[in-house]
Amino acid sequence: MKRIRFGMLIIALLLSFGLAACGSDNNSDNGTSNVTPQAAATVTPKAAATTTTGTPAAATGTPVVREGPKDVILATTTSTQDTGLLDVLVPEFEKDSGYNVKVIAVGTGQALAMGERGDADVMLVHAPSSEKKVVDEGVGLDRRLVMHNDFVLLGPSSDPAGVTGTTKATDALTKIFNKGAAFISRGDDSGTDKLEKALWKKANLDPKGKSWYEETGQGMGASLQVANQRDAYIMSDRGTFLAAKSLSLTIVLEGDPALLNVYSVMQVNPEKFSLVNGPGGKAFADFMVSDKAQSIIKDFGSDKYGQPLFIADVGKTYEEVGLATPFG
Amino acid sequence: MGLIWEGLREAVHILRTGDNSVWSITLRSLFVSGSAVLISLVLGILGGAFLAFKDFRGRSILLSLVNTGMGLPPVAVGLIVAVILWRSGPLGQFRLIYTPAAMVIAQTIIAAPIVTGFTAAALRHVDPRLRTQLYALGASRPQMLWIVLWETKLPLTAAVMAGFGGAISEVGASMMVGGNLAGETRVLTTAVMLEVSRGDFPVAMALSIILLVLIFIVNAILTSVQQQEKM
Repeated sequence: MKRIRFGMLIIALLLSFGLAACGSDNNSDNGTSNVTPQAAATVTPKAAATTTTGTPAAATGTPVVREGPKDVILATTTSTQDTGLLDVLVPEFEKDSGYNVKVIAVGTGQALAMGERGDADVMLVHAPSSEKKVVDEGVGLDRRLVMHNDFVLLGPSSDPAGVTGTTKATDALTKIFNKGAAFISRGDDSGTDKLEKALWKKANLDPKGKSWYEETGQGMGASLQVANQRDAYIMSDRGTFLAAKSLSLTIVLEGDPALLNVYSVMQVNPEKFSLVNGPGGKAFADFMVSDKAQSIIKDFGSDKYGQPLFIADVGKTYEEVGLATPFG
Repeated sequence: MGLIWEGLREAVHILRTGDNSVWSITLRSLFVSGSAVLISLVLGILGGAFLAFKDFRGRSILLSLVNTGMGLPPVAVGLIVAVILWRSGPLGQFRLIYTPAAMVIAQTIIAAPIVTGFTAAALRHVDPRLRTQLYALGASRPQMLWIVLWETKLPLTAAVMAGFGGAISEVGASMMVGGNLAGETRVLTTAVMLEVSRGDFPVAMALSIILLVLIFIVNAILTSVQQQEKM
């Protein structure tokens, strides 16, 4: 019995030792990634900042008004990552502000849920009608219009349902429905998914359960690849479609005002969650509507795709962009 | 087939130029999974020795649990660790979510049962008379354990290889607790997922090839150690 307890003690000791070793990984990671000089240069100050600020916050439990943590968690949609836009914007913000942004690219539904749990500091999302709930709850603060582009309906060039030529999204979906042509849905509660579901509803159709209607449950880029392999129709934001490589899908419908895709930024209310980085979230939201970010957004993609992927919208109202109300 | 060649060419190209931060991503993979396996090894040897040598009530249940753990689904581990480490979770105030430390924890949970299971199985196969003899010769417990481990280094190296393979090739847990953050928590497997979703198959293929080569090199080193000690 005594020996068993002794063994347990040793295991417990080693466990705690192991965890302590984990805690210092941040630092040792720098040591190992030092091989490329640029990487070392960017990583080192960040980690130094995390270690110095992380400790007091953890120790006091409920942090006071903090100059606090240097990490900012951004919950956003897959389109902002898949297009590469954040790869350009985030380093600029980090350079100017000294914050370290952790970009978590998920569907808008999940991004809003992260905000509602206090697991993110700032949200960059594109589902106006769902954003209303988060704003009404007092979780999403200071929602601001950042940019827009549009959704497009893509399909195989053979266009089996004969969608090309239609001007209304609901008509196009009706044709696909009647033909029973293969259709790929995100099915992940993302902004794109929400819009697609709303359009089916508007057309008074219910594709759910049909053999030709399939849900991937994945991000936009991954779903595009599935539709491409399956020769299926799919709804996509224009940015991700243009940035995606290896696709043979073509646009079969565009230009319907119902296909407007509006991105807004809002910070997560730090009063609601003790661990939320209020100043950091606000700083990133402010950056997204700053002249610098807006001029990057305005030009992003022009060189590669012949057209910008997003239209910068600061200074305009939601109504001017084309929404009936700020929440769609 | 063309894509595989293109991937190979791309792999050579990005390794030579260091594009796509491939070196730091590769080193991070190695570091995260290596740390997880080292911790797993310590836990596994102690746990395995305990399970193999101690007779106590519930040992067979514990053994079955460990054996079940050898097939832990990484995605479930990832979700559970994420929920615990999220800010809204019980350990949120440590701000470990989306850090390499969180990935080490998740991968340790995946690798430790594998190492423990292998170790326990190996140690149980050691002739019990060896232990009696060692005690008779006046060996202390640590000395006994050390000598017995030395006798079982072949299966132990296999345990390390299996644990390392499990850790470095999983993607679900790393994605969920690490967040695939460029320059921070992006490892080879999550980078492959990202490039696939971007439709950049040559780069995805190149990263996969680098991952395979990395696993091969690590296993080749371990195998040579194993064979050397055998002689």
